[in-house]
Amino acid sequence: MSRLWAHVPAWVINALIIPVVSVVLGFLVAAIAVVATGADPTLAYLYLFQGAFTNTNAFAETLVSSVPYMFLGLGVALGFRAGLFNIGAEGQFYIGALAGVFVAYSVHGLPAIVEVPLALLAAIAAGFLYAGIAGFLKAQTGAHEVITTIMLNYVAFLIANYLVTTPGLMLDPHAHGLIRTPYIDANAVLPIIFPGSRLHLGFLLALLAIPAVWFLINRTTVGFRLRAVGYNAGASKAAGISVARTTVLAMGISGALAATAGIVQMLGIQHDMTAAVASGYGFDAIAVALLARSNPWGILPAALLFGALHNGASFMQLQTTPQVSSDLISIVQASVIAFVAAPEIIRWLLRLRRHQVAAVAITQREGAAPHA
Amino acid sequence: MENALELRGIVKTYGELRANDGVDLVVKWGQVHALLGENGAGKSTLMNVVYGLTSADAGEILFDGKPVTIHAPQDAIALGIGMVHQHFMLIPPLTVAENIILGHEITKPRGWIDVEGAAKAVSELSSRYGLDVPSRARVQELSVGVQQRVEILKALYRGARLLILDEPTAVLTPQETKGLFEIVGNLIQAGNAVIFITHKLAEVIEIADQITVMRRGKVVDSTTPKESNQADLARMMVGRPVLLRVEKQPAKPGDVRLKVEDLVVTDDRRQVAVGGVSLEVRAGEIVGIAGVEGNGQNELVEAISGLRTAKEGRVFIGGRDFTRRSTRLRLREGLSVIPADRHKEGIILELPIADNLVLEDYDRNPFARWIVRQLKAVAEYAARLIKQFDIRASGPTAAAGSLSGGNQQKVVVARELGTEPMVLVACQPTRGIDVGSIEFIHQQIVAQRDKGLAVLLVSSELDEVLSLSDRIAVIYRGRIVAVVDGAGADRDRIGLLMAGGAAA
Repeated sequence: MSRLWAHVPAWVINALIIPVVSVVLGFLVAAIAVVATGADPTLAYLYLFQGAFTNTNAFAETLVSSVPYMFLGLGVALGFRAGLFNIGAEGQFYIGALAGVFVAYSVHGLPAIVEVPLALLAAIAAGFLYAGIAGFLKAQTGAHEVITTIMLNYVAFLIANYLVTTPGLMLDPHAHGLIRTPYIDANAVLPIIFPGSRLHLGFLLALLAIPAVWFLINRTTVGFRLRAVGYNAGASKAAGISVARTTVLAMGISGALAATAGIVQMLGIQHDMTAAVASGYGFDAIAVALLARSNPWGILPAALLFGALHNGASFMQLQTTPQVSSDLISIVQASVIAFVAAPEIIRWLLRLRRHQVAAVAITQREGAAPHA
Repeated sequence: MENALELRGIVKTYGELRANDGVDLVVKWGQVHALLGENGAGKSTLMNVVYGLTSADAGEILFDGKPVTIHAPQDAIALGIGMVHQHFMLIPPLTVAENIILGHEITKPRGWIDVEGAAKAVSELSSRYGLDVPSRARVQELSVGVQQRVEILKALYRGARLLILDEPTAVLTPQETKGLFEIVGNLIQAGNAVIFITHKLAEVIEIADQITVMRRGKVVDSTTPKESNQADLARMMVGRPVLLRVEKQPAKPGDVRLKVEDLVVTDDRRQVAVGGVSLEVRAGEIVGIAGVEGNGQNELVEAISGLRTAKEGRVFIGGRDFTRRSTRLRLREGLSVIPADRHKEGIILELPIADNLVLEDYDRNPFARWIVRQLKAVAEYAARLIKQFDIRASGPTAAAGSLSGGNQQKVVVARELGTEPMVLVACQPTRGIDVGSIEFIHQQIVAQRDKGLAVLLVSSELDEVLSLSDRIAVIYRGRIVAVVDGAGADRDRIGLLMAGGAAA
């Protein structure tokens, strides 16, 4: 940080200035791409904004799109706080969707207040266990979670494909040749909370999840353990905290949140599962978590931004001449993340300590223990 | 003599803390200027200002008589100011010559680095000041003392005429320290200036031409070795008379609280590091383990704390067999451990002081109900310990990383003693910290002993073992080679035993 920031508290820089500046720069970089194709970036962004916000239905759709980002972003962020880089959110999303949808189409005639929680619980348990595999491998063998969660993504895709396409398993025999699971039970569908739109109860659940995860991380013993291990596993171990158990637990909770995104999307929007739900949500969620600087409250604006981009893109593509492809939002997202994450990803992979500039000057020098 | 460096009214604040509060300092060419002070006195902040690692809020810097502005280390280097940090900034797999020229490479046509030319230049510089550094050796193959000389050489290569040495002897053996002092002498003879940051009084008396003492961000006194002695300096540093030796009553040993029996422990490479150690520590006594580092002390302690599984033998805490129990259960039984490496195992720099103080009890009553942390109880407890253990901090919510080394160590000590344990295993409890903190920690350990604490003290500082221990066990190559009474123990004989002398 330059001298300019000397009097700004470190948390303001971390939590506000870096993300906001990154977003602005991300839009600027993407604007260059628009100019290069001969289109007008101001118009493109105007239509993007219109498509995302300017009538009630567009706004509702933006909120709908932000729901999976919220759950997934929370999951990845929680992993970050425990020193874990969960790249497997996409796979955990599928596993959660599979388990939840299975329950949701298998149950019949129970009240919604029972069916919905049952499906959610099935998804949460499946996501916890599935992500827990990567946690267990890390705790027991030291296998890096970045590698194992990436690999487990493929396993999840293939499990989903196998189950959904195989007769006698989850394939709906009455689907007239369509490759999909049976529709979920009517009582398992998440109710619409804004009539005339697709905005479903999942949005409220996601809003509740934010303070819940914040509380978990910052106010519970579980969250304390998780942060302690994330910062300094050696000192945590010496203090009697089981690093192995904490790793499995953190990975599991992270996966459970990702799985919740999966089932909420199925119960709220899709109502069945096809072999090709390939969402990319899980990977975007890493971006959401990074943009939020792993702070649960930061997930809300970050997820809304991603939801708006996601939602406004097709309107922009329709309205612009010469046409600006909806892929523009990928450029925006990618550049935002490049700006916000470049230091962050490098820090994660190298496991560098995050020292505030000021802290170093008064602490590290004087009388610190010599390195053996 | 000309002034090398003159500082006028340097002010530097970090939030509430005035790290430097109007500091004036004059360093002359051809002199060693010792900058003495407790941890947190502001010595390092001042030097970071001079070296451009941080900028002062107010004040003037004159170098060689001319006002200068230093915004970054590059500015300082360009002026001829060099700094050797306590933690070396070297790249271990590269050679000495490569490390030294890094960033200032001499290139041949077409961009090739002139490795031979660099090695030659480095060798010349090395021999001029008697540094005796093998320029072609890889840094990772060198001892700490030689690595430090590489750092000095690096600064000289970049044209340093004023050299700042930050706690240079903290990592050195006595022999290496002697070598360093010779080098410093050579530098001074050649007309350079050296600022020597330290809190070791004997060294200051030995090497300094001029001494400036800082306390709480201010210069409190300026003197010379001729005009003062160690006790004077300690008093200036701390602000009150300091006991350089621990005063304690004879021990009144009670029941056996910690017992290890025929303990065999292997190290990370599965070599036997502890080869059948038996010892007992009773309530109300301090048993010191004297030994050169790396003779099995770490493995012994880890086997006692449960971080390492003993291959053979047993560990008893309070009379119960804990050999196969977890660290957590041992801590709950009343074992406390001050780890040797506070940054790796003692403290979490990113967490607040309060969280560090309850690192072992965060999930117990009153600090948690079910899984909900009771932050008010934590804060109250922390405030109490901060006061009781004289931890200098802006408050319980300050990050542990914002504290000075001595205060970080006090946080560890406060956590371990604050729970009123039955057994304390203290490893290098005062390593690399200042006189005031050392005195305080020693007093705390003795006071707890008098209240019935059983203490196992592991230290490579023989003086620390001698002054605190009621009994001394000498460890050599994983075995206890002798146990002697603490009172009137013969320093030379113990030194000999530590080195493997067979005079047992």
